[in-house]
Amino acid sequence: MIEARGLTKRYGNTLAVDDLSFDVAPGEVTGFLGPNGAGKSTTMRMILGLDNPTSGQVTIGGKKYTDLKDPLRTVGALLDAKWVHPNRSARAHLAWMAKSNHIPARRVDEVLETVGLTSVANKRAGGFSLGMSQRLGIAAALLGDPEVLLFDEPVNGLDPEGILWIRKFMHRLADEGRTVFVSSHLLSEMALTATNLVVIGKGKLISQSSTKEFVARASENTVKVRSPQLDRLRELLPADSATDTDDGILVSGLDSAKIGELAAGNGIVLHELSPQTGSLEQAFMQITGDSVEYHTGLESEARHALEPAE
Amino acid sequence: MTLLAVERMKLFTTRSPWWCALIALATTIGFSALIVGNSDDGVFSATVASTQFGYSFGMAVVMVLAALAVTTEYRFGTIRTTFQAVPNRAAALAAKTTVVALLALVIGELSAFGSWGLANLLKPDAPLALDSAADWINVAGVGPVYAFAAVIAVAVGILLRHSAGAIALLMIYALAVEDLIRLIPGVGDDIYKWLPFNVANKFLTGDGASNLGRNTDAGAPMSTAALSQGGSLTYFAVFAIVLLIISIGVARKRDA
Repeated sequence: MIEARGLTKRYGNTLAVDDLSFDVAPGEVTGFLGPNGAGKSTTMRMILGLDNPTSGQVTIGGKKYTDLKDPLRTVGALLDAKWVHPNRSARAHLAWMAKSNHIPARRVDEVLETVGLTSVANKRAGGFSLGMSQRLGIAAALLGDPEVLLFDEPVNGLDPEGILWIRKFMHRLADEGRTVFVSSHLLSEMALTATNLVVIGKGKLISQSSTKEFVARASENTVKVRSPQLDRLRELLPADSATDTDDGILVSGLDSAKIGELAAGNGIVLHELSPQTGSLEQAFMQITGDSVEYHTGLESEARHALEPAE
Repeated sequence: MTLLAVERMKLFTTRSPWWCALIALATTIGFSALIVGNSDDGVFSATVASTQFGYSFGMAVVMVLAALAVTTEYRFGTIRTTFQAVPNRAAALAAKTTVVALLALVIGELSAFGSWGLANLLKPDAPLALDSAADWINVAGVGPVYAFAAVIAVAVGILLRHSAGAIALLMIYALAVEDLIRLIPGVGDDIYKWLPFNVANKFLTGDGASNLGRNTDAGAPMSTAALSQGGSLTYFAVFAIVLLIISIGVARKRDA
């Protein structure tokens, strides 16, 4: 549905997006994942024809955005909820958008109803909270009843209630058969929302796969072992594969079956043998570790700060 | 037509156009009332031209209105929403300019005829009848001048994208720079003859016929432009439209 081919955007000496190619499948929620500054927003702006790619191209259903007739009827987007004139009412904001794409005026009230802003429709948008602005942005995206929806960091800065609302909303949109492309730097959020992931770092594609696959491939599988005979077991394991924890060890590189057989074969009593599934955060850090734009040794800094003063 | 309707909705659903329009009318008509109210039957007699001495103040406010109409779109990011809805940027910006220029035209006519009408009330015996082409142009011509001034302001707004920058540039240029250029030794006066706001003034006042020989030192100075009145309006209009075309060309290439 959305096809990016060799998409590149250069600002001066900085390559914001570097030869990016990916596909967004119809009828699913695809997450667009990457650390801050990875080029997600730039890519989204290029999809919408707002920024011109330095090279490469991106099409929606085979057409460039700028070639779409009444584009709001094909693609709805929420890039920044604050892109509203603060002195214009929510209804007026949607009304001019509807008019520009030959969308019937009653549709404005429908989408306001959908996002629950009917009661404040005539209030000035400048007075809206972030959550309300976000709802207005979603109403604007839905205005043309589009097949394709783009959301840039939709849960950023929202309270838990707002996040839950957006998450449910994404699912609803996908269930209706729409193509949803949603960016985030919050991996946990993507794990709950997206079925597919396009992961980028420093403007380059890192992976494109299903969310499950991404987590499985990326997270280092470890097995937690507790045993009264840990010392003996440790000798049997390959060097450097065991890490001490509070009450046992974490073994990496061996699955639980192997460890169990090893223990049984040597008559070692096990109190616990449990595989640990990696979180998406771990997977993400592992894969994008080298691609964080502003890598400043944050971890060591934090550790330093947390050390008790001597 | 759809785009014109869209831009009209956008313009009138914010408050600044209304305020700017009111301020433009108040300053122009108020200034005219002062000039005419203080006139006598001698050196400072009220004339059709003297009822329009304040037009440049209203024009300044109209240019603020016009510049804001586009720079606030950049300021609040709605220009991106606009280009998202209408990817043909040239059409969207041309429609916006048209709507703003039409509003400026209306404000110009209201302020010009308002000034003239108030002058008639204040000095019923003064020679204020519109009985020549020069008189008519001096009053009715304010609308077209405001309209093209608004086009210039929109173009500068598109180019600079910042409200403060665009307004400062427009105000300083229209109110000061043109006059200062005259001070350049030798060529200053020759350059000044071709500067757009001086030329626009020539269109309105011509050779001073609408001022009935009133002492020009006692009012706004006469324009030094060499063109005829018709030529002056054409020159001002072409200047505005060329500037607009350049700005739209830039906006099409630029990242929104």
